[in-house]
Amino acid sequence: MLRRRLIGAIPVLLGMSFLVFMLMHLAPGDPVSLLLGEEADEIDIQETRREWGLDKPVLVQYWEFIKHAARGDFGDSLRYREEVSTLVIERLPATLELAVASMFVAMLISVPIGVYSAIKHNSIWDHSGMTIALIGLSLPNFWLGIMLIFFFGGQLNLLPVAGRIGYGIQVEPITRLYLIDTLLQGDLTAFWSAFRHLLMPAVTLGTSFAAIVTRISRSSVLEVIRQDYITTARAKGLGEGTVIWKHTLRNAMITIITILGLQLGALLSGSVITETVFSWPGIGSLLVQAISTRDYKLAQGVIFFFAMMYFVVNLLVDLLYMLVDPRIKL
Amino acid sequence: MRGWRRYVKVGIGGVILCVLVVCGVAAPLLAPHDPRELRLEEKLRPPDWRVWDSGSYFLGTDNLGRDLLSRIIYGSRVSLLVGATTVIFAGLIGCFLGAVAGYYGAMIDEIINKTTEIFLAFPFLLLAISVMAFLGQGLYNLILALVLSRWVQYCRIVRGEVLSLKERDFIQAVRALGGRDFYIIIRHVMPNTLPSVMVIATFAMAIVIITEASLSFLGLGIPPSIPTWGSMLSEGRSYMYRAPWLTIWPGMAIFITVLGINLLGDGLRDILDPKLTRH
Repeated sequence: MLRRRLIGAIPVLLGMSFLVFMLMHLAPGDPVSLLLGEEADEIDIQETRREWGLDKPVLVQYWEFIKHAARGDFGDSLRYREEVSTLVIERLPATLELAVASMFVAMLISVPIGVYSAIKHNSIWDHSGMTIALIGLSLPNFWLGIMLIFFFGGQLNLLPVAGRIGYGIQVEPITRLYLIDTLLQGDLTAFWSAFRHLLMPAVTLGTSFAAIVTRISRSSVLEVIRQDYITTARAKGLGEGTVIWKHTLRNAMITIITILGLQLGALLSGSVITETVFSWPGIGSLLVQAISTRDYKLAQGVIFFFAMMYFVVNLLVDLLYMLVDPRIKL
Repeated sequence: MRGWRRYVKVGIGGVILCVLVVCGVAAPLLAPHDPRELRLEEKLRPPDWRVWDSGSYFLGTDNLGRDLLSRIIYGSRVSLLVGATTVIFAGLIGCFLGAVAGYYGAMIDEIINKTTEIFLAFPFLLLAISVMAFLGQGLYNLILALVLSRWVQYCRIVRGEVLSLKERDFIQAVRALGGRDFYIIIRHVMPNTLPSVMVIATFAMAIVIITEASLSFLGLGIPPSIPTWGSMLSEGRSYMYRAPWLTIWPGMAIFITVLGINLLGDGLRDILDPKLTRH
């Protein structure tokens, strides 16, 4: 089963990389003129075409692309004059920190609401819980971010509105995750600053996912609660608390955790917008900068990286799911 | 769920969608001012809710003195046009491929299935951003990017439905009567998938409207000359503290529209397709 899942992933990976590769060819006009800008002269263009192998057939170019991509080589960014992979790796921890914090926020809000809604199925609590989820699902998260900045940053002046840490605070890069690094250094002021910077972006990004997770927590608890073994547990006289905590939640958590895992990939891509709103120095804002400065090599590299992360996370969740629940056949 | 509640959802959602359609279609009649008319002497006027005459600005003006209410009314055109077109085209492509994959099975199914897996390997928003990044701004490019990233959901659901439908007696009967495959797919298989497709289409429209606004916000959607809710929010951000109405109202317009469509989708799902209903 494991082997089948892994072998099945290969064509998908190839197709995905082909799509990313073709993006450059999607752009109207010659990719080289796009990369070099409009003012580049003909000789430069020809030279670059040859240098990058763009004069070769598309399939040969694709082969070169995946050969390099496999080594993490996506060429140099035109703007930063640095390797794309170096830039991505430098900024990745910021995105990961934001994604994990958002996931935490999403779980904190959604699992209790979802579970309680299911336990009190069809009550006023259930309907209120689902209404909140629907509102969360309909909020455009860039707007939510701007509104949070307006109220908590501007009007109330409670939280910082941009960046990862206060100006002038030095953090020694150990894991590059500021919350952890500042704690490892024992610098509580820096930790507090990093935490305050993280709060609004994490709430913004976490909200839309909280909505999805609320619905899924509710439905998976409802599914479990109707099983025969729950009826049996009740029939043998167990208290409602034990039935819910020991029998229902433990089983429902498998689905909830899987969905959370699957959402992590989507969360990473959602960071593109949140990072832009909060000037968060992660790979999402790097992508937007690359696009706005027409740094196509960098954009292509970041897109490939995002897609790969999504792909790997999904594959891992699938495999873990199979381990946790042997009934699942992939 | 008690019967009346789902009709309330559909009712509220339907009314909101109707308002959006009326705003979009009758924008020139409803808008109190020309949405592109610059009046620098009137710039950053706060909302004036007391009077409703030709000289007042109900929701205020932007940094170039353009009337915000008129721009929001015209902005609904883009949301509606992009939302509806994407949902229709993605639906047609996705449903057709899904039906063909489910009906014929074997090699065709395998190929279509792998293609959907490849598209699903990209998070939806990332795919739309990627395509727009390389295609450049523009209405047609935007619709293309959204269709490319949206057809898969239809394809998957329709394929699943067709797999079970094709074994049903009435399809076997048409086949026994000599119906050709194409005729069976178009006349008998696809109409039976309509309830599920309508539910997916409604939710898809909500997602597409948010995505269009997000792309315009990032400067990757429609050119700035056309008023859209996303680009209004993006422009208004620079004046957030001086003129908060420039960010509050366009965002509110997106939120209410998407909430309405989601309500409609929820209600429709409860009514049309109990199979999709999660309890």
